[in-house]
Amino acid sequence: MHGFLIYLMKRFGQFLFVVFTGVTLSFLIAHFSPVDPIEQTVSLLTSFGNTDPRSVELLRESLRELYGTGGSLLDQYFTFWGRVLTGDFGPSLSAFPTPVSTVIGRALPWTVGLLTLATLFSWTLGNLFGALAGYFRDNRPLKVLGVFVMSMQPIPTYIVGLSMIIVFGYLWPVLPISGGAQLNLEPGFTWEYVSSVIVHGTLPALTLVCVGLGGWFISMRSLVSNIVTEDHVVYAELAGVPGRTMFSQYVARNAMLPQVTGLALTLGHVFGGAVIVEFVFNYPGMGKLLVAGIYAGDYSLVLGVTTIAIIAVATAVFIIDVLYPLIDPRVKLG
Amino acid sequence: MKILIDLLRYNREFLVGAIFLAVILALVVASFFAPYDEMMTYVVIPDMPPSAEYWLGTNSRGQDLFWQLAASMRNTLMFGVVVALVSRVIAITVGLVSGYLGGRVDQVIMAINDTLNALPNIPILLLLVFVLRDQMSWPILAVTAALLGWQHDSRLIRSVALSLRNREFTRQAVFSGMRTGKILFREHLPYVMPIVFYTTMNNLIWAIGLEVTLSILGFSDINRPTIGGMIYWANAHSAMVAGIWWWIAVPMVFVVILFLGLFMLAMSVNEYIDPRSRLARMGA
Repeated sequence: MHGFLIYLMKRFGQFLFVVFTGVTLSFLIAHFSPVDPIEQTVSLLTSFGNTDPRSVELLRESLRELYGTGGSLLDQYFTFWGRVLTGDFGPSLSAFPTPVSTVIGRALPWTVGLLTLATLFSWTLGNLFGALAGYFRDNRPLKVLGVFVMSMQPIPTYIVGLSMIIVFGYLWPVLPISGGAQLNLEPGFTWEYVSSVIVHGTLPALTLVCVGLGGWFISMRSLVSNIVTEDHVVYAELAGVPGRTMFSQYVARNAMLPQVTGLALTLGHVFGGAVIVEFVFNYPGMGKLLVAGIYAGDYSLVLGVTTIAIIAVATAVFIIDVLYPLIDPRVKLG
Repeated sequence: MKILIDLLRYNREFLVGAIFLAVILALVVASFFAPYDEMMTYVVIPDMPPSAEYWLGTNSRGQDLFWQLAASMRNTLMFGVVVALVSRVIAITVGLVSGYLGGRVDQVIMAINDTLNALPNIPILLLLVFVLRDQMSWPILAVTAALLGWQHDSRLIRSVALSLRNREFTRQAVFSGMRTGKILFREHLPYVMPIVFYTTMNNLIWAIGLEVTLSILGFSDINRPTIGGMIYWANAHSAMVAGIWWWIAVPMVFVVILFLGLFMLAMSVNEYIDPRSRLARMGA
């Protein structure tokens, strides 16, 4: 138990460090940019006609308050942290006067749901097929499958998504290609609404799974084909351990460990793919919000989404780290 | 050279990858012989389907897609190569130094490494694009991408360097008074070169994917032709709805060729490096 606690403390420290670095980085990027959000908003507002210079000055003052860009650099930095911790990023410009936190809160469940499901699917399937392909090296269907998933893997998410739209939207229109759920339905836990969410999420999730599958497949296959030649496996084989137990307990289980670590390491990249998928399928999540915020020049929204994304990914990594000792007993011993 | 010929003869992935990349490189070379400036619009009849005169058709902006594609390939590849080179320098330096020093220093460097790795890089890049907006140019974007894309590879390099640290020849080099920098550069670098080569391919794929992604969203200099830019313009003119399918099909097909080519090269090189899989191929 003692070793586990130390491990947990270390991971938590890493988590705090990631969040700290990410938030600081976003602050610095936003701060040292040549573009001043206040002047931009002012010029946007005053371009419609002559405005009294005094009211412009007042406007500037209140905008500075709103964006938290008053005072020295250090003051601003602390203000920014205060905003991050309370989740208050000010009002969104493109959806004025809705606060950014409300807009993000609406989008977050969509992205979390889509990403969790897609990642779980691609990780599980990729590892399962990869392990089988590494264990039964001469199996023909598995080889064909391997070529297929591996050639999907390097292709950019956008291209895969667009191909999905062309195939399932135009050539064989069976699935909806846009949105998160049917528009005229009342959100809630009714069968109609839930099934609509699932149907709408199929293509985005399928795209993410197709892109993600290959990587897991390749690394799992090479891991397994190395483990198969190890002494303990050869010994188990000679001792007459049944094939099923061999595969799941002696081979696949050992190969899983680096794959779980790998999952934690790639989550950041997975989020990047989600941004594109949401853009392609017009899915109402964080990625689409981010892109829309950039198009609309919505400073507080973009900064808010970036910060939340960094924290969310760090949290997900931390959760995986906490679950890791469940499959690797060595961690508990320290 | 002999290795190259052997690979071409015995490794099917390498052959296919090499052919794909040769097609792409031919396009890049062709881009230098374009009959008109690639930034110009309305130089040919718009919306012509592929024909003998316009091999890949023309788009609604009055550009010949063949020459657009050639220029795009050149620009996109250039972006990828710059990112890969810059991030290689960082990855090799961090990996070798961290592995060689080991102990406490190694732990600290790797903690920083993993921290940077856990940051989602697309939102950070988008934030940068957003705040810089018009000041954004592709070299800035390339350097930023390079700064975000080296951690995974430096970890791999470090794991090899860690094992080199305790080898006889390292000790001998230290005792014979070789400077640390020279040990890393002359003695250790050759050992990690195979991994460097393999990770460079993967990094190139990642960087080009990033460029395609950002320009499809319209977050790069949209007048400078790139693969993603071509798709961006096709979307902006709703080419799919207007029935100008070749406008969107051409960049998509060639992007797939480019990526598969790079990926197959990376795979076959990886297999070549790992002697176990080479034995398996020979049937041992």
